[in-house]
Amino acid sequence: MRPHPRLAAAALLPLLTGCTGPQSALDPQGPNAASLAWLIWTFTAVCGLVWLLVLLTVGIALWRRRASSGAADEPLRPESATERRKQGVVIGAVVATVLIIATLTLMSFVATRSLTASSGEPLTVRLRGYQWWWEVTYTADSPDRFVTAANEIRVPVGRPVRLELSSGDVIHSFWVPSLAGKQDMIPGRDNVLTFTAERPGSYRAQCAEFCGMQHARMALVVIAMAAPEFESWLDAQRQPAAEPADEEQEAGRQVATGKACAACHTIRGTRAAGTVGPDLTHVGSRQTIAAGTLPTTRGALGAWIADPQTVKPGNKMPMVPLSADELRAVSAYMAGLK
Amino acid sequence: MSAASSPPLDIDIRHEELDGRLAETWRTRPGFWGALATVDHKVIGRRYIATAFVFLILGGILALAMRWQLARPEGRLVSPDLYNQIFTMHGANMMFLFAVPVMEAMAVYLVPLMLGTRNIAFPRLNAFSYWIYLAGGILLWVSFALNMGPDIGWFGYVPLSGPQFSPGKRADIWAQMITFTEIAALAVAVEIVVTVFKQRAPGMTLDRIPLFVWAMLVTSFLVMLAMPAIMVASTSLILDRLVGTHFYNPAEGGDVLLWQHLFWFFGHPEVYIIFLPATGMISSMLPAFVRRPVFGYLPLVLSMVTIGILSFGLWVHHMFTTGLPRLGESFFTASSMAIAVPAGVQIFCWIATIWDGRPVYRTPFLFILAFFFTFVLGGMTGVMVASVPLDTQVHDTYFVVAHFHYVLIGGAVFPLMAAIYFWYPKMVGRMMSERIGRWVAGLTFVGFNLAFFPMHILGLQGMPRRIYTYQTDVPWSGLNLFVSLSTVILAAGFLLFFIDAVRSARRGEPAGENPWGAPSLEWATTSPPPPYNFARIPVVTGRNPLWDERGDMPVASGLRVDRRELLITSVADAIPEARDSSPRDSIWPFWAAIATSAMLIGSIFSPWAVVWGSIPVAITLVGWFWPKGTPEDDA
Repeated sequence: MRPHPRLAAAALLPLLTGCTGPQSALDPQGPNAASLAWLIWTFTAVCGLVWLLVLLTVGIALWRRRASSGAADEPLRPESATERRKQGVVIGAVVATVLIIATLTLMSFVATRSLTASSGEPLTVRLRGYQWWWEVTYTADSPDRFVTAANEIRVPVGRPVRLELSSGDVIHSFWVPSLAGKQDMIPGRDNVLTFTAERPGSYRAQCAEFCGMQHARMALVVIAMAAPEFESWLDAQRQPAAEPADEEQEAGRQVATGKACAACHTIRGTRAAGTVGPDLTHVGSRQTIAAGTLPTTRGALGAWIADPQTVKPGNKMPMVPLSADELRAVSAYMAGLK
Repeated sequence: MSAASSPPLDIDIRHEELDGRLAETWRTRPGFWGALATVDHKVIGRRYIATAFVFLILGGILALAMRWQLARPEGRLVSPDLYNQIFTMHGANMMFLFAVPVMEAMAVYLVPLMLGTRNIAFPRLNAFSYWIYLAGGILLWVSFALNMGPDIGWFGYVPLSGPQFSPGKRADIWAQMITFTEIAALAVAVEIVVTVFKQRAPGMTLDRIPLFVWAMLVTSFLVMLAMPAIMVASTSLILDRLVGTHFYNPAEGGDVLLWQHLFWFFGHPEVYIIFLPATGMISSMLPAFVRRPVFGYLPLVLSMVTIGILSFGLWVHHMFTTGLPRLGESFFTASSMAIAVPAGVQIFCWIATIWDGRPVYRTPFLFILAFFFTFVLGGMTGVMVASVPLDTQVHDTYFVVAHFHYVLIGGAVFPLMAAIYFWYPKMVGRMMSERIGRWVAGLTFVGFNLAFFPMHILGLQGMPRRIYTYQTDVPWSGLNLFVSLSTVILAAGFLLFFIDAVRSARRGEPAGENPWGAPSLEWATTSPPPPYNFARIPVVTGRNPLWDERGDMPVASGLRVDRRELLITSVADAIPEARDSSPRDSIWPFWAAIATSAMLIGSIFSPWAVVWGSIPVAITLVGWFWPKGTPEDDA
């Protein structure tokens, strides 16, 4: 039987309203998440019913007999006839349990199979987890057309996305509840997660495996865009970094490429070619910095660069001593890297 | 009186004299050294229980700190580093220092009494076990106080816990604390198995063993089979960290998932090591509160054995998101779901027991009812997380936090609270307050459900576990605040419980031998029992000895009174086979535990500590086993 996620969701709409949100498993925005949400509701209904029945039986059992005054009461000697009758009922309950369990197991198995079925040529994106940010690589026919970005995945609506998951240090787990279930990113292993976004929008994702001090601040946004829009965005991302628009930004570029920044970050089209931290070529075009910690505004960039250890204690970015002018210039340059 | 050549037997002594003579032989010497040297299972059991509850309080305080931090988005009560230590400490403390030890401790106290014997098997090992457990607990908490508390989660996943990502000694302290608690748990497991198999009262055939004892027998086998896996895991982690082996380093041919397999091969049975004793408690308490024998003794025993076996076949359900082969995952879904069947059998049998019993609404029974409500709900969410696809959405979220607290608090702590209210009079000789007890049951039940039920919703709304804070762009703050406020109710319930337990020790009403009119053997002796438990060994003719016998219980006699002597019976039918001596008090288990602790703690810092540290261990063991010329030696 094919689940009808929309139908189920519609029936449960009043309950669902409390469960929406940018990162909710019960607010599905793609077929995978939808069939998982359907599964969750079905299991909840069946299990909730069983739970009610058990408690109801306990209640009846308590209600039907007069309470005893306590320890002094002579213990009852069970009659064999009633014991045999109860035995029959207990056996019946056990058989019912087996049947329910078997049905749920089967449903779970069918749901797993339906998750893997996808149509169309998938877009392959490599996602690599680091403490505590995400490296995103959009693959293409040839490696020189690959695009590397960070902390944000843009996908075309309606086309399956094949995420190749790996880790550069410890175990992380990629989880975007509105689109799919989670999948771990394990050093020494390659995992794959395939999902499709049905509607344009921003879907929040978060690392779901404890990965150290800043596990709580390792978020990511999945942005689903119309296919043509996505293609033009990707083309823009392939371009080297934008040229500084004014003198301040030019000064900022001097700082970014001349100071310690360049040892860890790459800004394509400049001398900065470090590979330890996120690629900053188009950092100004992303919605957030520091893996969902701050919005990408010039002020936030300045605050982050001035003192990353206060914003996100323990992260790997050191504080690079800069003068007030240098800080202003470099944040202006970063904000301009659209 | 007998001649000097033949030893004095209890049959030769007048009844009035017998108690005094036995007390002289079995008593714990007064004073500090006497207390350190005692091997009385009741003294050690009480100590064990009290210590475990101290760790419960400490772990509870950590839980409150976490809830305070999470009450608002971007909370600033604790730093991320401290929060990670706190949640790791909370988990490790509750699992390794509270839940497992407290169940073992209840068994150390109750099993010999329920079986009608005078002490647990290997009583000096029992003393050693307690000291090692205490040392492990102190190690963990002192480290935490020194800002060296582990911060890698109670599961210590590699490579995060490995040498590269966890420099310093925090991870080592966690791994070594496990070694301590494993040694302690393995020791008790061995003692219980031997006590159950060889020291039962005459006539207590296998099908008359009290259900709590059956539960502890199955649990002890689980401990013996599961704990070696975690010992292998934690020891190889220490080796990776200390001497540069590469068990878990993928760059050198190691495997990070190997850790998860080993950890959960232990970690899942661990849950049943906590839960099975609790079911045994329910089965053993219920008859007293519905005034009839338990329904379905045999199915209850068989379902405990079944749960024990199945518990080794479902560890992979902790790893459903690691990308294992589909077929394997389906197998583990089926096995995880299947365990609901024996659990269901137990629930049905208990309901059938209540069905035509006459309920006695006293505090322990209220906790049993709280158990039904809470545990069955936790079991239902357990069925949900057993499904692979469903689990990919709820794994490592607050849904799972809710699930396992429903199972562990509902399924183990509520029965444990019932058990404390139930057996406290036996252990202390005084009743706990019924009036306060009702408040405790009400507050903990309501507080628990208000605090933990919303976590299911938080998890489905996407809130992951183990995060020290969350941001304002996710809609989790309302429920989190509600949860945090509700924990105050839960904490108030526990606070009242501890006040009652302390107060009743002096002011409670004297209990008498059998305040609940319960059927099992521990109620056939005084409260608290004398050091020798029973002046004459009871003879058992049915499953509910105190209900089956009208008037006096039959007893067996013929044991010596001038030395500690036990009756040894056959495994299946409990037919008397021999008299055996039981060791006297000795200070050596204490010294051996000190020496072992020094070696284990030293080996956190240098592998050579194992070499040099084993010398004092050997010396203390020689002292332990050296014949002292006591009457017990010539058995």
